[in-house]
Amino acid sequence: MLQAHNISLAYDDLVLADDMSFSLEAGKTHVIIGPNGTGKSTLLKMLFGDVQPQSGAVRFNDQTLTKASLPQWRKQFGYMPQDIRLDVGLSVLEVVLLGQLNALSLKLGDSLLEEALQALEQIGLLHLANRDVRTLSGGQCQMILFAQALMRKPDILMLDEPVSALDLHFQQVLLDHLDQQTKQKGWVSLMILHDLNLAAQYADNLLVLKGGKVVAQGAPRDVITPQMVEQVYGVKADVQLDGLGVPFIRTQRRGANAFMTMKASVTPSVVGKDYVS
Amino acid sequence: MQSSTMIAEAIENQRRHEKRRWLVLATLLFLLLLSFIFDIATGPSLLSLNDVIQALLHSIGAPVEVSRTTEVIVTNLRLPIALMALVVGGSLGVGGAEMQTLLNNPMASPYTLGMAAAAGFGAALMLYVGSLGLSSQIAVPIGAFVCCMLSASLLFGLAMMRHISSGQLILAGIALLFLFQSLLSLVQFVSSPELSQQILFWLFGSLTKANWTNVMITALVTGVCVLILMKDAWKLTALRLGEERAKSLGVNVTRLRLKTLILVAIMTATATSFVGIIGFIGIVAPNIARMLVGEDQRYFLPLSFIVGAFLLSSASVLSKVIVPGALFPIGIVTAIIGVPFFFWLIIGKRR
Repeated sequence: MLQAHNISLAYDDLVLADDMSFSLEAGKTHVIIGPNGTGKSTLLKMLFGDVQPQSGAVRFNDQTLTKASLPQWRKQFGYMPQDIRLDVGLSVLEVVLLGQLNALSLKLGDSLLEEALQALEQIGLLHLANRDVRTLSGGQCQMILFAQALMRKPDILMLDEPVSALDLHFQQVLLDHLDQQTKQKGWVSLMILHDLNLAAQYADNLLVLKGGKVVAQGAPRDVITPQMVEQVYGVKADVQLDGLGVPFIRTQRRGANAFMTMKASVTPSVVGKDYVS
Repeated sequence: MQSSTMIAEAIENQRRHEKRRWLVLATLLFLLLLSFIFDIATGPSLLSLNDVIQALLHSIGAPVEVSRTTEVIVTNLRLPIALMALVVGGSLGVGGAEMQTLLNNPMASPYTLGMAAAAGFGAALMLYVGSLGLSSQIAVPIGAFVCCMLSASLLFGLAMMRHISSGQLILAGIALLFLFQSLLSLVQFVSSPELSQQILFWLFGSLTKANWTNVMITALVTGVCVLILMKDAWKLTALRLGEERAKSLGVNVTRLRLKTLILVAIMTATATSFVGIIGFIGIVAPNIARMLVGEDQRYFLPLSFIVGAFLLSSASVLSKVIVPGALFPIGIVTAIIGVPFFFWLIIGKRR
């Protein structure tokens, strides 16, 4: 269980966390959603110990994050930052191997190589193993970095927008693999997503962040509502449940309707209904 | 079954890739040996390659007969200079390689950060104040070393701050470069013409100041620094993925940055204080190494050393043969062969 207690964090007048508390259970996928610039990435950095909160504490099981415990603390993390550029003269295999940085010596043993290759195989990219990473596309780089995070054999896996450059196929490969491994290995998985439909499909626990507060938290079907979407994003959307009880949302275009709404002072809910029917 | 053969194949490919890089290392080492022997052979009295090899074998204790003159020329006069070329070239190559790694910028070198300019200022200052009663052969290197480390420690201070980016570090280094260049000009401005001439000659960079003592000091310092850097080879490789990602892999970026910066400063200060300012090797050698073996530091670091050593050693040969009988300051030669190469590198990258 990864826990944040009464975290306060602010840059100048920008409040990123205001007495924020939450706990993330092991064996579950936790997804953070929220508008741009609300401090989602900073929150991950804070959990990783790279940004210090002004007050509050972070705990994982019986450990507390402090400056002294930092090296030990970070060993338990697989953390995939948002930036996916890989401009370095290394092969895919070498980049994945770096996930096990502390185990690497001047001479590489077969077992480590095998492990890295298996990580690639699990996400369907074994055929890229010997390629120079500079020849890869952005999406391929993102998958390689995911494999690198897996190589760390984490207890806590944090992914900052892990599917931002991925096509439909690899979105599914990554998220399915993450879901399955999280449950099997009992990881605390925490990721930031912008696509609410993906968040709804893959989150066991959804945290909605806005203005330094967790404004909603829980199962996607309880959290994703038209009211929440409008309140958090200022966007009107229809939300329905699919056959599995997973919500899916469709936003309403701004444009002619919204324009008419203002001009004719038609109430938004009426426009919404028109749009659905 | 299918996948296990694919995995075996990928391992096989990786091993082949590693072998190829070893081959590159061996090839350049061989080229380096050739230029080293040529370096010993060339000079006011031209020795035959055969004589040189025999004299070298003799000096390491092999039972080979050599004439007394050849032996004296080789071991007392030429060998320290030729070895200095290897050690200094190598240390500049490694210094450049690690600066480029640290700052994530292929144009970086210890010189870009003002370390050489600071050494130059220190040497000039020592010449100006009349060596403080010491012999100038001792005082000038000490002045250069101290100034270089002083300037570098400003950078250490910056590097220790947590949220200084590599870009800001480069900017600070360039500011220091300008500062020490103007201070150097100031010393030259207030010196007598003769002294100014002397300072200028020191700045050119020359291997002729080499003797067994300073070669041994430089070799020892360089050797120790390179070994410590090699221990961090994988961490340095990880650093090239970007500082944030290196952190996410468990690297203490601040500490690694400081440690590497200190090692590079010590190597640069030592080399520069004995031979003066030799430009461009620090930038060019790592770029060649990178093109040949990529950025796995297990190969990149030693190859940067070998390429740097090879470049300076062949520049040393060139400096003796351009105008027979005259000895060109090697600092001039390296820049002249370095610049065209650099342009080729920049244009070649686009293809």
